[in-house]
Amino acid sequence: MGENTIIRFEHVTKQYDDDSPVLQDVSFEIEKGKFYTLLGPSGCGKTTVLKLIAGFIEPTKGNIYFNGKVINNLPANKRQVNTVFQDYALFPHLNVFENIAFGLRIKKIKNDEITRKVKEALKFVNLEGYENREIKEMSGGQRQRVAIARAIVNEPEVILLDEPLSALDLKLRTEMQYELRELQRNLGITFIFVTHDQEEALAMSDEIFVLNGGKIEQSGTPTDIYDEPINRFVADFIGESNIVSGTMLEDYVVKFTGKTFDCVDAGFNKSEDVDVVIRPEDLEITLPEKGKLQVKVDSQLFRGVHYEISCYDSEGNEWLVHSTKKAIVGEEIGLFFEPEAIHVMRHGETEEEFDKRLEAYEEVNG
Amino acid sequence: MKNRSRNFYLIPYVIWIALFVIAPLFLVLYYSFFNIEGEFTLSNYQKFFTPVYLKMTFSSFWYAFLITLFTLLIAYPTAYLLTKTKHKQLWLLLIIVPSWINLLLKAYAFLGIFGTYGAANSILEVIGIGSQQILFTDFSFIFVSVYIFLPFMILPIFNALDELNPSLLYASSDLGASQWTTFTRVIFPLTLDGVKAGCQIVFIPALSLFMLTRLIAGNRVITLGTAIEQHFLVTQDWGMGSTIAVFLILAMVLIMIFTGTRKKGVL
Repeated sequence: MGENTIIRFEHVTKQYDDDSPVLQDVSFEIEKGKFYTLLGPSGCGKTTVLKLIAGFIEPTKGNIYFNGKVINNLPANKRQVNTVFQDYALFPHLNVFENIAFGLRIKKIKNDEITRKVKEALKFVNLEGYENREIKEMSGGQRQRVAIARAIVNEPEVILLDEPLSALDLKLRTEMQYELRELQRNLGITFIFVTHDQEEALAMSDEIFVLNGGKIEQSGTPTDIYDEPINRFVADFIGESNIVSGTMLEDYVVKFTGKTFDCVDAGFNKSEDVDVVIRPEDLEITLPEKGKLQVKVDSQLFRGVHYEISCYDSEGNEWLVHSTKKAIVGEEIGLFFEPEAIHVMRHGETEEEFDKRLEAYEEVNG
Repeated sequence: MKNRSRNFYLIPYVIWIALFVIAPLFLVLYYSFFNIEGEFTLSNYQKFFTPVYLKMTFSSFWYAFLITLFTLLIAYPTAYLLTKTKHKQLWLLLIIVPSWINLLLKAYAFLGIFGTYGAANSILEVIGIGSQQILFTDFSFIFVSVYIFLPFMILPIFNALDELNPSLLYASSDLGASQWTTFTRVIFPLTLDGVKAGCQIVFIPALSLFMLTRLIAGNRVITLGTAIEQHFLVTQDWGMGSTIAVFLILAMVLIMIFTGTRKKGVL
């Protein structure tokens, strides 16, 4: 356990009554001052992790450490953690000032000190001068900021954010992503952010935990997870991807769609069945004879920044291409890609095994 | 055309309100200006401000206040526990069911229970305290009144508690509040409208209780309600009875204005 570790989960399981566990034997560490994202589809257990850290629920098995101390049964009001709720949970009977001052008043801080801190928090979230507004007079985005101010004013060590941007429209959401990221950097507080939106996760995080079915599928930096997804689920969940079955003939040689390709992956058994991922933006449209793959254009969508072109090869695999060039529906085209664009995934590999294999063949190379 | 047909449907209600709400109010006001001989006079109003009637007014308010207070003290925790139970609708139904039984029947039932040879005294005998005079005391009057009004207080408070967004309670605890602080700073202020509604529903009828004062309190407690009944049925002084009724109506209107529920935005 590193010196910077602030929260540590040790084989934590959470189960309600006799239902199947919502969280299964999860272990991870959270370091001070970083922006973490828990990413996964609904029902994957990400909110459960947040509730466990906040203290709204207790783990069924395992231990949760905060600054090295077990906090399994510590009630929420005794924890150095504040939450920004999905529905903001602002108190409708209090105005903006009193909402933000709520935590400070409980700590019995002097009045002029409270006024100073609330004003500072409002400044941080760009809501100066809104002290006396009623909550119902605020827009969704403004409520969001009040909720954030209410959390940061208590100067917690960790701030938990439960899908706080999901109720905002796209433009405001993007704006808030920047603001949240900047706020986190300025404050230096650990942020743990829960979302099902992969773009949000990639844009904001220092580190992402991808959860599925109550387990952590993969953790790492956004580029790690995007470029080296561990399995079909992660590859599919993070960004668009073309996933086809293939065979690893030998190190750095993979066969799929009946053809053999050079790649940069190694450490597999001979002729092992694998999944192959190629991201749509790594595929380039060329003439059929120049392409590594020959496909037929099935349909095309204009996405603004690029065209999303759906093609099929002769074996019936779908290939999604993101290209700034337009294609003609029904036409045969060639797809070209670099060996680095191919990412090979072993079936049923755990994160640990994956890391080990990566290390092993990188050593050979190095 | 549309407007006219809508007005047409309103006719039965307008007639109903005119006949059974507005007309009686004017009749009460009209009668209050006549003395027992049928002469026009303002003496009834003078009489109301004599110590006899002022004392009666005071005791009406005092008992109504006590009844409301005790009903609230019992109803709030009950409603709170109800929202925490698994089958809350069932429990709520069980609490409401007694209010469907006729008031008179319930009063007679208590006559039996609290009587000299009733169940309450039997229990007191067994535990060794001995037989007591329970009926015709302030205690029995307030006890039975609270029992009767309880469902009316529980219902609005239960609804207010049930509507409370649970994430507000999480937020309060997240911000460091203990359960008691959460109650005083979040739960109670947010259910105040329910409490107000409940107090109104209890206080206003409690002001004019007359049957219970006779049956349970044995006419030891004389409220404005009892006085009205006596004037109309016994002394036949309709004028004085109406005058008291006018003041009672004024009091009710004032209470409704002051405890009026201002709907704050529910998030």
